[in-house]
Amino acid sequence: MKKLILLATISLIPHPAFAQKAQTEHSNHEQMMGQQERSHFPSDYNNVNPEVPKNKAIQKYAYSDDPNSGQKNFGVQLVHDNMVFYQILGNRLEQRIQKGDDVTLFDFQGWIGTDYDKLWVKSEGEYNTSQSDLETTSLDVLYSRNISPFWDVQAGYRHDFIPDNDDRNFAALGLQGLAPYWFEIDATAYLSDEGKASAVIEAEYELLLTQKLVLQPRFETEIAVQDVEEYNIGSGITGFETGLRLRYEFSRKFAPYVGISWEQNVGETKNLIQNDGGDTSNTAFVTGIRFWF
Amino acid sequence: MNKKEYPPLTRRKFLSYSGAAAIAAGTSSLLPLPSWARQSSHSGYTDLNGIKDIEPSNLYNLNMDYVPFTVHGRKGNATAINGTVPGPLIKLKEGERVKLNVTNSMMDTKHSSIHWHGILLPFPMDGVPGVNFAGIKPGETYEYEYDVVQAGTYWYHSHSAFQEQTGAYGPLIIEPKIPEDFSYDRDYAVVLSDWSFTKPETIFRNITLMDGYYNYQQRTIGDFFDDASEKGLNKALKERMMWGNMRMSPVDLAGVTGATYTYLMNGHGPVDNWTAIFNPGETVRLRFINAAAMSTFDVRIPGLDMTVVMVDGKKVKPVSFHEFRIGVAETYDVLVTPKQDKPFTIFAESLDRSGYTRGTLAPQPGLSAALPPLRSRPVRKMQDIGMMAGMDMKSGQMKMMDGSEMPSNIMPSKHDGTHAPEVPGPNGPEPFKPDKKSSSAVMIITNPKDRLHEPGIGLGNDGWKVLTYKDLISNEPQPYSSEVDREMTINITANMERYMFSFDGKKFSEHPGPYLFKHNERLRLYLVNHTMMEHPIHLHGMWMHLENGQDHDKIPYKHTLLVKPGEKLSALITPIEKGDWAFHCHLIYHMEAGMFQVVRVA
Repeated sequence: MKKLILLATISLIPHPAFAQKAQTEHSNHEQMMGQQERSHFPSDYNNVNPEVPKNKAIQKYAYSDDPNSGQKNFGVQLVHDNMVFYQILGNRLEQRIQKGDDVTLFDFQGWIGTDYDKLWVKSEGEYNTSQSDLETTSLDVLYSRNISPFWDVQAGYRHDFIPDNDDRNFAALGLQGLAPYWFEIDATAYLSDEGKASAVIEAEYELLLTQKLVLQPRFETEIAVQDVEEYNIGSGITGFETGLRLRYEFSRKFAPYVGISWEQNVGETKNLIQNDGGDTSNTAFVTGIRFWF
Repeated sequence: MNKKEYPPLTRRKFLSYSGAAAIAAGTSSLLPLPSWARQSSHSGYTDLNGIKDIEPSNLYNLNMDYVPFTVHGRKGNATAINGTVPGPLIKLKEGERVKLNVTNSMMDTKHSSIHWHGILLPFPMDGVPGVNFAGIKPGETYEYEYDVVQAGTYWYHSHSAFQEQTGAYGPLIIEPKIPEDFSYDRDYAVVLSDWSFTKPETIFRNITLMDGYYNYQQRTIGDFFDDASEKGLNKALKERMMWGNMRMSPVDLAGVTGATYTYLMNGHGPVDNWTAIFNPGETVRLRFINAAAMSTFDVRIPGLDMTVVMVDGKKVKPVSFHEFRIGVAETYDVLVTPKQDKPFTIFAESLDRSGYTRGTLAPQPGLSAALPPLRSRPVRKMQDIGMMAGMDMKSGQMKMMDGSEMPSNIMPSKHDGTHAPEVPGPNGPEPFKPDKKSSSAVMIITNPKDRLHEPGIGLGNDGWKVLTYKDLISNEPQPYSSEVDREMTINITANMERYMFSFDGKKFSEHPGPYLFKHNERLRLYLVNHTMMEHPIHLHGMWMHLENGQDHDKIPYKHTLLVKPGEKLSALITPIEKGDWAFHCHLIYHMEAGMFQVVRVA
């Protein structure tokens, strides 16, 4: 019914004098178009919700009650405010010089998506350069959803590749973003396929010494809810890693760094590893590059 | 599906140029500069009279194509109009019907377009693809045709993708039917812009992925210690904590900076030194047009007073000053009368002081005057972004959208009652409460301030008298009623960290539909800037009469309003032409990131 009234009013719209020619073509075109399309044809500007707004509120939007009221875009995207971007970030790619075997550590993440929805992949692991083999490596594949100006909720799957033992699978649920005072936070809770719960919390901070020289403190800790003895994990805080890296940004996308890193296992986990004859404390001098593209 | 163009497209081959454009195109084989701008010392060409004697035409043919463009000896690729950057001078005559045929010869583009900035016309002639028409497809020509109902200094530019960043802009000057009531001997267009050798798509990605990608003037630990020794450790620490709590930077002044931009004056870099000629004692009219994609400029001519006679194409009562800030897309016509037989530098600094461009007013070609040093990069204070005064978190004076609060020890803890929200919200008297879930509105300021009298950040403290919006007194007839029919507020909101820009906490694609302006109503539009950056807000198709304290018949006409951080201002609008019109921030990457809306006049 409304559409019919609409049709009637269209013919009453005064067409601007400038476009006499256009008008003819316009009418021809209109005849070819369906009623549905005509209801929000751009010249159909008399279709304004006549209802008097409640509580003295003004009507801010045209056609606020009409689901077909969208902006007619002539088949052209106006602005690209929900573009798909991607980023590959090599946050840490470093050689660790330490007591015992030297290792190469990598800590990569990559994402693709819009402001709100992203697919996020994170991988972290070590390669033992002295013995030429890969040590424990984790791979997280997460769906990331923006929930507030600075935070994304991430949910998905994690797989740990573990040499000399069975691989582990986890469900992951985390929060990644920028906390007040510019702390980059990545906190994720995991539930393994054996039903064991744990969490990893990472925090990074950047301190500009100059415009290109950046000091980056870093802290990471792991918490286990249950003992998982076959993997030398005791309940409680299992350990932490803290580091300080000084990088020079040749460009925003390429920055070599040097730094130090201290890893320490604590609590029950420390006992389990010690009983196994492993190291529970490790200080490394690191040198590496941070890059993204 | 709904393919429709106004007026009917002709796919005829682009064959000839005409009017002033022909002169420009014919002589531009060496330098991609139009003749009106080719007055630099290095080109050996001088047009002593500037543009004064160029006759208006009512037919222009404009061809948009890629052209190599050289700045400071480095070659880039421009999206040029008739082969030059800036494009040809378009000179029209008030009262005439004009025809402008625009051809898109860039075969790999989705579309091209020309928007006639500040010109009143029927909406299919406005040239915004996706709002007014489908854009000009490669190989096609769009015939713009309209009656010129105004006079003054304007400009034109592409409204397609990032073509404006890469050179698709030029001056548009309309000769009045009745001569202006000020006189001058020479007339020059001074088109300011920003050029990068990095592709705009890459710039957009870089700043989206990393806040401050191009900011090499950030606060360092050294700045902090300087602050601490100056103000005391406690105060310095508190300030740092406040900014830290907001996750914002007090020196986030420009998203894209001199780190990638070379700032241009009439297509010349500062080294190229564009030159305008005068004889001592003559009055020179300089028509400043900010055609930059992202850069606000502060303009001065050391040694000369400037007198503004026109702003955004409309006459204002003459006011003298030393310096003015020109937001992107604004135009300022100033008169200068150099009496001495010596060169003067026209100096245009970017707001963030990361660079400048300059030209020279000289009695003969080849001269240059001393360059003033770049001033130091200003630092925003909490007051600058509209905070502090009588703030109390519990009564919601300022809120961070994730619910965190400003440290209460810094704010006065009692609400003094004088800062009740004075600005109606988007739906009338209720103050603005964006959707809780909105990620594109980081901060809401509920006591925005009147700032029209303020020169703006980094200005006014060093002895230069700076023109402000408060100084603008219209010298044009006021055809519209002073009686206001409706009031509306549009909130300027953003999330710098994630590079999301929005109105009312909604990016363009998130709005339920166009805003509604009623045909021929007198609308009071409040603009409230809840971000910590200046935004040049442009409304297509109708004037905004800036309510700057003058009587109704003296409030100035504006097509673009540079809204300061934490500022609220209002403009009266009479939507005279039905149709869909673009309304957006004229910083191109802000617009692309969502600070865009359609206004439907119905």
